[in-house]
This record gives sequence, C-alpha cells and structure tokens, in this order.
Amino acid sequence: MSGESTYTPGNGFTRWLDDRLPVLRLVNDSFVDYPTPKNLNYWWTFGAILSLCLGIQIITGIVLAMHYTPNVDLAFASVEHIMRDVNYGWLLRYIHANGASMFFIAVYIHMFRGLYYGSYKAPREVLWILGVLIYLLMMATAFFGYVLPWGQMSFWGATVITNLFGAIPLIGDPVREWLWGGFSVGNPTLNRFFSLHYLFPFLIAGVTILHVWALHVTGQNNPSGIEVKDPSKDTVKFTPYATVKDAFGMAVFLILFAYFVFFNPNGLGDAANYVEANPLQTPAHIVPEWYLLPFYAILRAVPDKLGGVLLMFAAIGVLFLLPWLDTSKVRSARFRPLYRQFFWIHVVVCIILGWCGAQLPSKVLFGSDTQVGIYDTRNEAMDAVTAAAKEQDLSPEDDFKVEEHVVDNKLEFVGSRIDFAFDVTDLARILTIYYFLHFLVLFPLLGLVERPQPLPASISESVLGKKAATAEA
Amino acid sequence: MEKMMKTMIQSVLGRRAMGVVMAGAVVATGFAFGIQPASAASEAHEPEAIDWSFNGPFGTYDRSQLRRGFKVFKEVCATCHSAHMLKFRDLAAKGGPEFTKAQAKVIAAEYTIEELNGSGDMEERPRLPKDPFPSPYDNPEQAAAALGVAPPDLSVMAKAREGGPDYIHALLTGYQDPPAGREMAPGSHYNPYFPGGAIAMPPPLFADQVEYEDGTPTTLDQESQDVAAFLMWVAEPKLEQRHEMGFQVMLYLIALAGILYFATRKVWSDVH
Repeated sequence: MSGESTYTPGNGFTRWLDDRLPVLRLVNDSFVDYPTPKNLNYWWTFGAILSLCLGIQIITGIVLAMHYTPNVDLAFASVEHIMRDVNYGWLLRYIHANGASMFFIAVYIHMFRGLYYGSYKAPREVLWILGVLIYLLMMATAFFGYVLPWGQMSFWGATVITNLFGAIPLIGDPVREWLWGGFSVGNPTLNRFFSLHYLFPFLIAGVTILHVWALHVTGQNNPSGIEVKDPSKDTVKFTPYATVKDAFGMAVFLILFAYFVFFNPNGLGDAANYVEANPLQTPAHIVPEWYLLPFYAILRAVPDKLGGVLLMFAAIGVLFLLPWLDTSKVRSARFRPLYRQFFWIHVVVCIILGWCGAQLPSKVLFGSDTQVGIYDTRNEAMDAVTAAAKEQDLSPEDDFKVEEHVVDNKLEFVGSRIDFAFDVTDLARILTIYYFLHFLVLFPLLGLVERPQPLPASISESVLGKKAATAEA
Repeated sequence: MEKMMKTMIQSVLGRRAMGVVMAGAVVATGFAFGIQPASAASEAHEPEAIDWSFNGPFGTYDRSQLRRGFKVFKEVCATCHSAHMLKFRDLAAKGGPEFTKAQAKVIAAEYTIEELNGSGDMEERPRLPKDPFPSPYDNPEQAAAALGVAPPDLSVMAKAREGGPDYIHALLTGYQDPPAGREMAPGSHYNPYFPGGAIAMPPPLFADQVEYEDGTPTTLDQESQDVAAFLMWVAEPKLEQRHEMGFQVMLYLIALAGILYFATRKVWSDVH
C-alpha cells in the first residue's frame, strides 16, 4: 500500500524544503494520505493509544528524573520529596506509575487483537517480530523502573529477577555479579538500573519507528483479514478518518487512565513498596507487578530453577515463531470457527495464569483430608501426626499437616492426613502446558483440520454486505 | 546514660506506659517485628472498613478530625515513632489540618533542632516551620536498643499496609487476650489484625489518653479513627488537590470524548 506519494507542496517554502529534506512529504504520506482499510474497528485504535502511552511515559519520566536521586540511601526519600514538595510532583509520579500499567493494558489488547485477526501472518512477520521486541523492551523498562523507588518490592523483585541469571550453568554466578556490580543488589545496581531505565524508552521509540515503517510497507491488516484489492473502494485516507477515530479511542482510554491516577492511584501497586528497602527483611510474599504475573506463574510452575527460567523466556520466545507455527491460510478468526474458540480459551488461560502468579504457590484450591485428631498443643498434634505417619508408612512433612484454629477463644491444633490436594502450583502447571500447547500444537494443527467459513470477495463487500444484512433484518 | 534515657522515656510516656516500655526493652533484640510460631496458619483478621470522610472521588479530610489525630499522634505515637517526612509547615498547608501559619510556628517552636553554626559547632535552636517533625530517637539502632524493636517511621504508613487507615484503626483497637493455649513470647502482644497475631508494640492507645479541645468523646475507637485519618493525611497530603483536579479532568475528558464521538460519526457518515 506504499503507493506513489501524493504530496504536493503548497507554497514556496515547502517546495524549497521538499527538495532538500522531504520531511513534510513523509508526514503527509504516513499520516494524512496514507490509505487505511475502511473496515477497521476500535481494536485498531490501540496502536495510536500505545504511541500516546509512550509519549506520556517519556515526558513525565524526564521531569521525574530531574527530581529523583538514584542512591540507596536517598532514593525512597526523593520519591516522597516528589510527592510532597515538587509542584504537581504527585501528579507526575502517579501518571508515570499508573502509566506503566496503562501501557501494558494497551499492549496486551493490541497483541491479542493481532492474534485474533491473524495480523502476524505473511507478509507482516517482521512487523509482528518488531512488536514482540517492543514488548520485551517494555518489560525490561518496567522492571528497571519498578526498582527505582527502592521500596521492599523494588529491592526483592530486583533480587528475584537478577537471581534468575544465576541459574545459567557455569557462568551464572559471574553473570549475576556483573549485573549487580557487586555481591548483591545494591547501590551500583540501582545506579545502572536508573541509567538503563532512561535509555530503554528511547530504544522502544526507535523500534516503534521501525514497527510503523514495516506497517506502512505491508499496510494494515483488518477485521476481515483479506488484503486491500482496490484502494479506492477498500480504503479511506488516514486523515481525517483514522485520525478522528483514534482520537476518540484515546480520549476514552484517557478516562480509564485518569480514574486510576486521580481516584485509585495505588490500586494497581503493592503496599509493600511504600516500605523502604531492607536487605535484612524478606517480605512474606514477593510478587511482581500485575503485567508480569503470568510469566512469574510459569517460572514457579517448574520445580527446577533453570528449567523455570528457560520456560519463562520460552513463553515470550515462542511469540517470535508464530508466523511460521500457524498453518492456516485464513488470517481473521472471524472466519475460523475452531481457532476463534481456542483464542478465547487462551485469553482465559493467560488471565488465570496471572492470577496464579499472585497467589502463594502452596495455596490449596481443593482437596480432601482425613482427620487424625484435635489437640490442645502443637507438640501433641505433631506427635500424633508423626506416629500416624510411621504407622501408615507415609512422610509426616509431605502427607500430613497441623492446622491452628481458634474456637471459642481457645486454640486447637488439628492434625490430619492429606489425601488429595490440588494447589496453585498444580493449576499453574496445567495452564503452562496449555499455553505452550496452544502455540506449538494447536497453531499448526488447526490450520490443517479447520474448515474456514467463506471469505468476502473484498473489504468493501464485507462492509457493504454487513450493512445490507442489517438493512434487511 | 541509661538513667537519662529512662527519665526521657518516663517524661514522654508517663508512668503507666513506662512498665510496658521496660518490658519491651528487656526482650531486647532478636525478635522481628512480627513474631510467629512455626507453621502457625492463622490468617490475620480483615480490618473493618470505616466510612472515612476522604473515601470516594469527592472525599476530603475532616479538619477537626485531623487536628484531633495530630494531638494523638503528637502525644502518643510520636513518643516512639518518627514521621520524618512531616514538616511543621505542612500543618498549615491547604488540604491538611489547616492550622494557621502562626499556630504551625508555635507548634514547631515546642521542639529544638541542632544545627551547625558559623563557627562549626553544633548549636541548638527552636524548630521552624521548614523543619521536620522530630524523631524520638536519633537512629533505628538507638530505638531498637531502648524498645527492643525499632518502631517503623509513620510518614507513609497509611499507604504501606494493605487496608491503609482501616488497618491502622483495626490494629489500634484490636489488642485482646490471646486465645487459651496460645503462648506469647516475652515482649510480644496478641493482636489478630497483625499478620501472625504477635506484635512487638504494646497496646499504645487507651480511652481518655488525650484531651480533645472540641469536646469529642475520647473513646479508644474515636482516638484510633482520628489518628488513622491523620496518618492518612501524612501519607497522602495532596489527596484533596488530587480529587479536585480529578473531577475537572474527568469532566473535560468526558466532554472531549463526546465531541470526538460525534466528530467520528460525522466524518465516517459518507463511508458506510
């Protein structure tokens, strides 16, 4: 769709400039005359929304960096200084902190939209790969940023994530020390994370330019998943059609954004991050921010540390391969009755994986026990349980438990045998297997066995056909 | 030194709390803030949700409540806890207890601060509105040596715990006798709202512990609510400004989205 340029400079200056640096021609061809499929729905406004998010993060971030101090003794206080003493500092910080979450909400919608309508398929493989690259950079940037306030979750989150690199065989330890700049997460770590947190958004901006470039070479996919045949019938000009629609999408998105910033600014964060980092006190429950939870669940689902790390990275890595894993000739799930159902199952699986990531792994979801007895003291209960275990040739630690209850303001200790217990880790394992099954097995398989519904002859027919159908009804 | 410390604690806490503090001091170091028996599974109680004046999108602080809460904070909490991000001038700022500037100045002058003078010596002077609220101990180590466990700073406490002010109120009113059979380690106190149920802080607040100037009854519940509201303000001093601006931003965005919706319909009307 990157047809001939239709730009004609309007006056002497623009003619002069066009011969020297055709930047206005570029803007005109990319954002004014650029033909966009006329059947795009509102899921297609998230590209513009994501650009807005990146812009907001960079602008608020640059101002915040003017007031922030990357030092383990001063970082926490400097963030509170921003909240209290800097003019509108609270506004900047809450926009930036919630902006990260909004950015991820938008990117997940954008990616799932791509998955639903088959936007990753030929000829848009490079476009998709650049997008996954942006997503990876976003996760790294968000992780670096979350460390900066130097709260408990900052510190312990950084410790958990950097320790993952310690799982690499042979070179794990030196790599980890190299990342830390010391023998644990400390001041050198905070300094380099601050530096990288400032750098990465500009890498994202750079890859975004490539992403948009690739988009403008292949042209946008659309809900019907069929290519533009006759631009005069199938497309409309980017401006005003897409511009005004994107602007409306952005305004609605900003309402959600503003709700969090002004009325629930800490709702998406963890209270423990308002406690200053303390290397001597591990929080009871270390959890990453919500947008990393599904991957955290996959990491914890594997009993082996290296295996968990590899599987977690594989969960993102597999996205790079999607264009070649999918064997279906049809792009849009609209015409793929089987894939359409599995798509939604996969969305639900990802959400439940995220839920698993936020829970204690040992939390029992359902199970059955056989009571051994109720005792007044823990020791009595432990003795009874140990005796029962010996008798039945079972392990007192793994097959039995002692629970403490308060009944009528009196403690009682219930010893019982665990007959069956299905915990969060078990659920996460099943869902992890399904996550990979979806991409590695269903993607190639569905294309072969599925009988797609008939495709419309053209985009314009798909729009008019729908219109005609509603008119008749 | 020890005697000096004792007199100091006695003067700030009064005789009644003295025994409790001493008991805590005897336990000394070694206990984490939450002392938990091995594999105890009892979960912390859910704090009761209070209908705070600052809840909701239009919520504002109740000035009288903040002033009462400040009194509780100053006379009770601040004897052990610091809140080093609170400055005296904040007390006169908009959206807070809104004492007058003169009042904030007088309150600040009740305390002193040491400062380097021109000849390089430390010199004591009365605190000014720009100065932070004084910490009862010079450093956490000193506090831990005196109390067994260093009490946490309260500057952002209302945001640093799940449940925020609801949790603070529940914790302050939640001390009770442990259930029969539950052995409490020395220096720990039973409070089902605290994770693990055993807290190092002795019951800090009692009914009639402060005198309210506005005639509000000084029940434990009232005092706890007031100080929890005050700590919420200390943690989130720009809440009122935030709510006010949020309302304006929402109105603007809804109007903008409405205009853009009709603009989109108009622009697209000739397409389909």
